[in-house]
Amino acid sequence: MALEPVALTVTEITRRIKHSLESSFSSVVVQGEISNFKRHTSGHIYFTLKDDAAQMSAVVWRSRAPMLSFQPEDGMKVVVTGRVTVYEVRGTYQLDVSSIRPIGIGELQMAFEYLKRKLASEGLFDPEHKKRLPEYPERIGIVTSPTGAALHDMLNILRRRFPAVEVILRPTLVQGSDAADDIEAAIRELNEVGGIDVIIVGRGGGSIEDLWAFNAERVARAIFNSGVPIVSAVGHEIDFTIADFVADLRAPTPSAAAELVVRDRAAILANVRDNWYTIHEAMIAMLSNRKEHVRNLLRSYSFNRPIDLLRQHSQHVDELDRNLSSVVSHRLALLKSSSRSLYHRITALNPGLVLRRGYAMVLREGDIISSARRLHSNDEIEIKFNDGVVPSKVS
Amino acid sequence: MASKSTQKHTFEASLKRLEEIVSKLEQGEVPLEDSIKLYEEGLALSKSCIEKLTQAELKLKKLSKDIDGNFQFLEEESE
Repeated sequence: MALEPVALTVTEITRRIKHSLESSFSSVVVQGEISNFKRHTSGHIYFTLKDDAAQMSAVVWRSRAPMLSFQPEDGMKVVVTGRVTVYEVRGTYQLDVSSIRPIGIGELQMAFEYLKRKLASEGLFDPEHKKRLPEYPERIGIVTSPTGAALHDMLNILRRRFPAVEVILRPTLVQGSDAADDIEAAIRELNEVGGIDVIIVGRGGGSIEDLWAFNAERVARAIFNSGVPIVSAVGHEIDFTIADFVADLRAPTPSAAAELVVRDRAAILANVRDNWYTIHEAMIAMLSNRKEHVRNLLRSYSFNRPIDLLRQHSQHVDELDRNLSSVVSHRLALLKSSSRSLYHRITALNPGLVLRRGYAMVLREGDIISSARRLHSNDEIEIKFNDGVVPSKVS
Repeated sequence: MASKSTQKHTFEASLKRLEEIVSKLEQGEVPLEDSIKLYEEGLALSKSCIEKLTQAELKLKKLSKDIDGNFQFLEEESE
């Protein structure tokens, strides 16, 4: 007699199914096509993964969504890594996605394009963020493999063009899964150590997979955040990397990077010598100019003017003197003639002359008596003649 | 590091100053006495720049961290 099977509650069976499924499918890789792709406002991403005959629900939790290396779309064929989980409330199962990568040859290319668009939209490639390289760097940081041809090439160029520099090598891996972390750390350390004028980050050419570390988001951000200007020097000319877009200057090869960071000392040397020569010539020219100038001054009208002035003044003095003498003599002549006429007039009045003509003058006590009425009898008088005086008495 | 930073960019500054002196002297508007001072300064700058430019040896150092996480520079044979 068969035992009546014990009835399980829905909860119990769901729990068993959950346990069974989740332990059996705790880590799966599933290939399919995306449909019903939906990014919820919560930030979680929901989609259906399907092929020709089946489909299952998938979810990318918000915390993982930023790690997607590309933008999934409906119809895209992808490989999804994750685990199966059961949602007991609805009795459904779904794929809890930890990563998605596109399938096919264009897989890396697509991831590259996605990261490029993302960083571009954040402004990491904008020209205004590009720092100017120093004209004459004295300490150059290099981030590359210590054993690669890239380092060898760069050192050769630096030695040839401008050996008066100090190169600080921060050796790194340049390929493999740890390369991106190592390059990121190297850029940060060269910033921390201080005194570095410019950093070259690079490696020689290789396949797109070989160069992959230079397409890593963390390397891009390390370059963007570097206070020291960075020159990217990855691979050969056709290989553009994300690092190239975000770097302050992109060089097509490590050798080209070395050429770009230092100037050719031969050219600078020639320039310094030219300058020296110019200064020298300018000085000689200036000295001979000054000499000539002094000579000209000695000959010049203005320099000789004081003597000239002196001569003019003395001439003036002479002239004044002449004028003065002529005025004086004129006056003298005038005075002479007027005094002569006065003399004549005075002499004409001289009583002696009258006496000489036969007249006589009567004096009383020295006074001239010109009227007969002033004389009285017995007055003592003198009669003055031209040739003498006769004392007399009025009768 | 301090001596390094004071020494830093002297080359660039020297070159700039040298060019400044050249253009001042070329314009010829500087009084004679100042010109002589500029001339002497220019000659000294040219000399130090030429010395720097003809320095032959590139210095190569490797950056690493010691056991305490402090930076250290290891001198490298410059091949």
